[in-house]
Amino acid sequence: MFQLLQIELYKIFRRPRTYISFAAITALIGIIQLGLLRDGTAYVEFMMTNVMQTFSFDGKILNGYLVCYVLLQLLLVHVPLLIALVAADMVSGEANMGTLRLLLTKPFSRTEFLLAKFMASAIYTFLLLVWIAFLALFVSMFMFGTDDMVIQKTNYIVQLPVQDVFWRYTGAFCFAFLAMLTVSALGFFLSLFAENSIGPIVTTMSVIIFFTILSTMSIPLFQKIQPFLFTTHMVNWKEFFDPKVNADNAIIIGSIQKPGRIITSSLVLVAHVVGFVVASIVLFRKKDILS
Amino acid sequence: MIKVSNLTKQYKRNTAVSDLSFTVNQGDVYGFLGQNGAGKSTTIRMLLTLITPTSGNIEIFGMNLQENRTDILRQIGAVVEKPDVYKYLSAYENVSLFARMSGIKVSDKLIKNQLEVVGLADRSKDIVTTFSQGMKQRLGIAIALVHNPKLIILDEPTNGLDPQGIADVRNLILSLSNEMGKTVVVSSHLLSEIEQVASRLLIIDKGKKLVEGSTQELLDPAQTMIELDTADNIAALDKLAQSEWATALQPERNGKLLLKMHKNNIPELHKGLVALDIAVISLQPRHSLEDYFLQITTTNQHVPTFAN
Repeated sequence: MFQLLQIELYKIFRRPRTYISFAAITALIGIIQLGLLRDGTAYVEFMMTNVMQTFSFDGKILNGYLVCYVLLQLLLVHVPLLIALVAADMVSGEANMGTLRLLLTKPFSRTEFLLAKFMASAIYTFLLLVWIAFLALFVSMFMFGTDDMVIQKTNYIVQLPVQDVFWRYTGAFCFAFLAMLTVSALGFFLSLFAENSIGPIVTTMSVIIFFTILSTMSIPLFQKIQPFLFTTHMVNWKEFFDPKVNADNAIIIGSIQKPGRIITSSLVLVAHVVGFVVASIVLFRKKDILS
Repeated sequence: MIKVSNLTKQYKRNTAVSDLSFTVNQGDVYGFLGQNGAGKSTTIRMLLTLITPTSGNIEIFGMNLQENRTDILRQIGAVVEKPDVYKYLSAYENVSLFARMSGIKVSDKLIKNQLEVVGLADRSKDIVTTFSQGMKQRLGIAIALVHNPKLIILDEPTNGLDPQGIADVRNLILSLSNEMGKTVVVSSHLLSEIEQVASRLLIIDKGKKLVEGSTQELLDPAQTMIELDTADNIAALDKLAQSEWATALQPERNGKLLLKMHKNNIPELHKGLVALDIAVISLQPRHSLEDYFLQITTTNQHVPTFAN
């Protein structure tokens, strides 16, 4: 199994396509960071016009922590496509190349084969998020410095003390990994049914777009199914940046206002991952390889 | 080595393989013949667990295939249809990667030796996208052999090869069998190639076995078919039916008379036809595998199965 996993990772990282995701992330984040470095103050003033009229802030509002938050809001919508590029190719790509039939004549079970492939795509997802974290958080901290993090929510603003931010990002990135792993598992599952990767990639993205629309529309019919859609839960990484406040409306350091929401969402996402992987194994074990 | 019993594969309305039974003995070069769509690839895929049979049983190395899949596959090397490999990797990397998947200890020497055997040693570092179809075919064979399997299954191994490449594969199959004692199952549409390498043959059509036996038996000179065309075939048939040649007569094919006899008797037949006053237009002995194959696949006449 470990041998198979090593081989799958070797194959993933020998393919030029794999590096498209890393290059795209680097280019996107780099351009946004350069833009904010040049005109970031004006951008922040524009975004927080109403708040600025009521409050005055000491220190740097435009700091590395805020830049990372802005980047994550922008990127986590698009990263699923980059995840799907690899995950949805895991089995369909082998069928397309014709290597699937050769692979499955080797002495390991189909379950081992699929688990090794899924674990490899999970590691790829993890590394992509580590890369995003490095660029969006650490490089932004280096470029913009650190200070209290001020973020504007729908009806209020939150000012997180500088010493209370880093752990929240750690939690948010762990949660984002779970969300992206769900996308990866979906793409992986769909890749069983195709003999080239275009179909599963497009289908994965279509499912995400369709579910996201259902997740965000406040229509009673949709609201009934929203708790069961993984897209409803994928955005809950933001809960890490919503702290509890005490009676004086001051932030309680190290707190999260609704930890139950994060736990519930995590469980729903884990259930989706397990469901997609188990369904993949059950179907693939019975599948006739005709490619 | 392989014992297949009553194997059937049914797809909704189409029966790809029907009640197929055959036996491959240790050391055989077993030729697997059939027209396109006859069920050769489906059968080979069932032997390699790529397709699950609807019914029937497969035993390989004395073990049930479904129950001992991993143990059996460890001792099999295969090329299934096209020898597709990872095009973005080099020949060396491909052989190394599939060798590791086969569960063997991989050494630089082993990989290089294998590439040497198939004549790709000087291209070992080149990525496969630069390879011709023939080179890919040879690389596929290197991958099939690298873990030193007891049983080698080659599905159309000469596809895309030039005459020299075909001869190389033929010699390789012969040396695998004669020098290394391997058992080889080989399917091909190049009947003359199969004829030169196979010790035993299975011919299937529409998923059913037509004939199984040793090449020697199937191409026995005593079984030579004579295709006879005369000025009046109906009258000739009457005359022959009442002559000493009556026992040699076979069901007619393509409007021509057919006789089965030892090839040494052909001069006597000539004399007999003259004596019977039959005006011969053509008399053609049919003795190659291709003739035999066409004979039994283009008629509905089932030829009796020869002894194993």
